[in-house]
Amino acid sequence: MAKIPVVFIHNGSERASFADPGQNLLEFLRRGVGDLSPKYGCGQGTCGACTVLIDGETHLACLTLAESVAGRRVDTAAGLATGATLHALQEAFMGCFAAQCGYCTPGMLISAKALLDRNSAPSREDVVEAISGNVCRCTGYEPIIEAVLTAARGRARS
Amino acid sequence: MIEFRKELFANERNDNLNEIGKPTRRQDILGHVTGRSPYFDDHLFDGLLHIRCVRSPHHHARIRRIDVAEAQAMPGVVRVLVGRDVPRNLNTLLSLLDFGIDDEPLLAETKVAYKGEPVAAVIAESEAKALAAVARVRVDWDVRPHVLDVEEAIKPGAPVVCEVYPTNKFIYHGKYDHQKLRFGDVEAAFASADHIVEGRYQMSPIEQAPIETCGAIAAPEINDRYVCYTSTQALFFSLGTAAKVLTVPSNRLHFVGGTVGGGFGGKVDSVHEPIAILGAMLTGRPCKFAWDREEEMQVGAPRGAERWYIKDGVARDGRILARKFTGYFDSGAYTRLSSYAIIKGVGHLPGPYTIPNVHADVYCVYTNRTPATAMRGFGITGVDFAIEAHMDKVAEAVGMNPIDLRILNAYRDGDMKAHRREAKNTALIECCQVVAEKAGIALQPGSRAASSLRDGGGERGRLPPRTALDQHGTVTGIDTGGYARKGGSAGATSKPTTAPAFQMPTSAGAGRAPSRPAAPASSTPSSQPAAPPSPPPPPGAPAAKTDRPRQGAMRFSSISGLRRR
Repeated sequence: MAKIPVVFIHNGSERASFADPGQNLLEFLRRGVGDLSPKYGCGQGTCGACTVLIDGETHLACLTLAESVAGRRVDTAAGLATGATLHALQEAFMGCFAAQCGYCTPGMLISAKALLDRNSAPSREDVVEAISGNVCRCTGYEPIIEAVLTAARGRARS
Repeated sequence: MIEFRKELFANERNDNLNEIGKPTRRQDILGHVTGRSPYFDDHLFDGLLHIRCVRSPHHHARIRRIDVAEAQAMPGVVRVLVGRDVPRNLNTLLSLLDFGIDDEPLLAETKVAYKGEPVAAVIAESEAKALAAVARVRVDWDVRPHVLDVEEAIKPGAPVVCEVYPTNKFIYHGKYDHQKLRFGDVEAAFASADHIVEGRYQMSPIEQAPIETCGAIAAPEINDRYVCYTSTQALFFSLGTAAKVLTVPSNRLHFVGGTVGGGFGGKVDSVHEPIAILGAMLTGRPCKFAWDREEEMQVGAPRGAERWYIKDGVARDGRILARKFTGYFDSGAYTRLSSYAIIKGVGHLPGPYTIPNVHADVYCVYTNRTPATAMRGFGITGVDFAIEAHMDKVAEAVGMNPIDLRILNAYRDGDMKAHRREAKNTALIECCQVVAEKAGIALQPGSRAASSLRDGGGERGRLPPRTALDQHGTVTGIDTGGYARKGGSAGATSKPTTAPAFQMPTSAGAGRAPSRPAAPASSTPSSQPAAPPSPPPPPGAPAAKTDRPRQGAMRFSSISGLRRR
């Protein structure tokens, strides 16, 4: 079967790559585009490790057909930093010890970013709701929640 | 907020620590928040091949025939591996520590002993092609009766799960079919107790469930070496295991790991690395072997189930005079690390309490379940659940508040533990006091005044005047292996095919003990030896295997007992 050309905006830059027919966005990003920040955890849409933004909305890359992102904007944890400057969420995750094994972290960051992009002053309940689709098996949820709230407060001040 | 109780640990804590008690950053956290931490699957290779396993749909079955012809001819399939492709297709994880007999094939050849056991591995151009070919491998199964319950498994006539251990019990130190603890005389103490409290406790298996599934990628490297990127938690353990089962010198293997997407004990079993490397050796191409989520949950080795029976003899005032354990660890179909978990667990008995008479028989039992392995505190967690549930039951029987009961029986500094080590840095009493305060539970004045630092030792620090011994469960004529042991017999065989023969006497072992090096010296001349005496083999038992010449001085290891270096 013929490969499918997919042109899309990846972390702010135009990219063109070929997808295999039926390939999911996770495999396409990791093996086709070389963005290794979304992670495989279940392949069934239950763990959230592959969470990415498509046109600003959270999606599970493992359940998204690669070719469906043609012409759209895909943002991943690899694009959070601006050059050497980390995103406020990344700084807060570092400061709050909000990662242990780190495997769920890219997905957590993306879910948190989607929250802060639409709600600059979230409550604790808002944060819990926003990361409810992201499983952290190291069970470090409290520092993660604290980090998202810290990032929101920091941004509100600046 | 952490409160350090300096009065309890003053001798153990340096006040001038640079890190502890101060906020710090993980050294790897920048990689985590930027998505750059290199997990095993974050290494891209051109022409990567994917490996998927054909797995048993049965709990227990003989394999009459495996037909891979149709799978081999499928588009994109490069090769199908079966057991005979594995140079040394029998291993036990702890053989690297000289503990246990090789019992588990990498790919089953003659029989399967648990549902999901791999019998073949398809190497293909993509996951999808590998999976399609897996469905075309034909296995002719001869389904056998299976056993899923530990106590059923050790009954006479139960299906033999793993032929290496025909009674479905691991053999400790070549001597016993269980791990023994004897301290004092529980039966005598039961006779004088006011209450006898008995309980049965069952723990389920628990899957570690890391978000990153277990896996490895191997690729040919320069100079006839192979690089292996792996999710292992035990890099050199996995390297040693791969070198053993592939019969290659370890310097031909270049292992890269250390970035683990959650392990919790479940990433030590070293089954992915040898298969991925074997794939790379036989195809000359990079090969990835990783579990999907379903495999992680189904065939990923969990914390094993445990069943515990506890019998306490208790005085009217709540003092526990004797505690007897019978424990059954469900090892699943193979040993992996359960044998070792039991050694840890028995060293922990009877929990953080000073009880003058303790007795334990703990069995590592094979059943047709997924093999069990390490998980956070394995060997301890299950029996702690049983012990603490039992403490509540004892409290109810004597009509005491359960926290008062725990403080009354808690170990204190200077007390003698059942494994014949002095208790140090004990703090159970203080933990109980804090818990009671926070929970608003009023303790008895004696409990409030108690301290781990006072009233321990002395009479409580002495070994029991008499320890009741027995030879129950004695096994003779078994060679416990010796892969790591220089001059050991098992290491010389590249493909062991026959199980070692040994017999288990139905009655307690008779006969006379051969001369045996003294156990580590005990400081009190009148006390019992530091370890139970070795059981004697019956008269006329073949002695050649255990008497073979070895070099070096004797030493004692809690894993392998007394042996020569």
